[in-house]
Amino acid sequence: MYQGIRISGFGGQGVISAGVLLAYTGIIENKNVSFFPSYGAEMRGGTANCSVVIASDEVDTPIVSSPDTVIVLNEPSLAKFEPMVKPGGILIVNTSLIKTEPKRKDIKVIKVPCNEIADKLGNAKVMNMVALGVFAKATGALAIESIGKALPKVYKKLKPEVIELNIKALNEGAKLA
Amino acid sequence: MAEKQLMKGNEALSEGAVRAGCRFFAGYPITPQNEVPEYMSWRLPQVGGAFIQSESEVAAINVIYGAAATGVRSMTSSSSPGISLKQEGISYCAGADLPFLIANVMRGGPGLGNIAGAQGDYFQSTRGGGHGDYRLYVMAPNCVQEMFDFPKRCYETAYKYRIPSMILADGTLGQMMEGVEIKWPEIDVKTIEKPKWSLGINTERRERRMVGSYDLRDGMLEKMVLERVKRYKEIEEKEVLWEEKMTEDAEIILVAYGISSRVAFAGCKMAREKGIKAGLLRPITLWPFPKKRLAELAPKTKNFLAVEMSLGQMVEDVRLAVNGATNVNLFARPGGSPIFAEEVYKAIEDIVKKGAKEYATVK
Repeated sequence: MYQGIRISGFGGQGVISAGVLLAYTGIIENKNVSFFPSYGAEMRGGTANCSVVIASDEVDTPIVSSPDTVIVLNEPSLAKFEPMVKPGGILIVNTSLIKTEPKRKDIKVIKVPCNEIADKLGNAKVMNMVALGVFAKATGALAIESIGKALPKVYKKLKPEVIELNIKALNEGAKLA
Repeated sequence: MAEKQLMKGNEALSEGAVRAGCRFFAGYPITPQNEVPEYMSWRLPQVGGAFIQSESEVAAINVIYGAAATGVRSMTSSSSPGISLKQEGISYCAGADLPFLIANVMRGGPGLGNIAGAQGDYFQSTRGGGHGDYRLYVMAPNCVQEMFDFPKRCYETAYKYRIPSMILADGTLGQMMEGVEIKWPEIDVKTIEKPKWSLGINTERRERRMVGSYDLRDGMLEKMVLERVKRYKEIEEKEVLWEEKMTEDAEIILVAYGISSRVAFAGCKMAREKGIKAGLLRPITLWPFPKKRLAELAPKTKNFLAVEMSLGQMVEDVRLAVNGATNVNLFARPGGSPIFAEEVYKAIEDIVKKGAKEYATVK
């Protein structure tokens, strides 16, 4: 089993947090994982992206050049990462912020209004969890429950009610996959 | 087995050093190694150690000279341009036989270059780097687990032979996160014996001790250097480390270190699936280089292929070891651009199937 993922969006949308969470979830499921962020002149409001690999075999490079799944959370990310998706792969598009139609016909496109769903749940910050819920269900690479288990381990300062809300967002996302 | 921890390469390196007894750090920020000083700045005070952010790289290495002279396990880290600035001090430390740990989380070069992972500092690391006749003990991790494990080995070797040691990583290894298993107990610094040469405040009278890199008396410097060379010879005999995968029946052996070795191995596996017998030799220590082993393998191997994220640096050591016995080819990717397994496989195929004799790809 090999799943190469790219997540991309504005700095502040939880792109890096989502990637770290996926990697930790892979560890919980006894898989080999790697996480690699874009780094350097990154800032809130700028663009940020990360690569995650979850595999049963050894991971050769943490830099994912042709991802099985791409999650794009803002407009510039769609332009940059849509062409990279492996043929037959999955593109998860946050339609709350992306109005452009994806062009590729050889991949599966899943459109989800992540921000609206997060707003309905009462906290805009959990929009990245909605996207991860879609990812987990659509790919079957990781169990939603495992992501829930990883949450308090990665973010030790989160209050139980906030973790609860994040898990709710994951489940909402899963429904839309 | 305890659950693995998800750690960033730079943080694993720092924690590994602290657990191996590091109690002093001096450094100056530079991407992609900034997490090292950041981590040390809060971690060292927790264990009674000291952290200094110096005013420059030059200051950092000279502060380390002083700290190492007291016998405390000390460390500095930087990335390529910063390591260049430290070379004068590293040469002085080598000349004064001071053991400590330098980490170079390489980035693209030359000059300011870029901040991506690269391997362009191979020559600098394995040939001394600064002026004069000296070597560093250089270890090249290829995963976050080894970023955590190698500082311990570096300190042990450094103190045993009184030689500066280096961990040569790259921006990819520094920035990536992987699972780390903590397999060895934290070293209690109270159990580390104070070296017989170390300086410090003494309450009892003892023989005078000197730490220095010079002797101006006629012929004495040569004696000093030759005494050091004896230790270098012993290191070459006893401390060389490497790893081999699928080399037993290999018609082509790839040689790669650090992050490149993982991609090279993936290329080997793709080749095996296509019926090409490819194997990998990964130098774990870059100095000493596993030259004896390569010389042994050379007569029964049709081709070698050096895979490196630099413009053909490590390949020179492979050629020296193989010494004309067979073909040595090169796959090089400079400038901080990553290597992918498909490209490595393509190079293997071109060499093995098309019989290229002196294949050199600079992609």
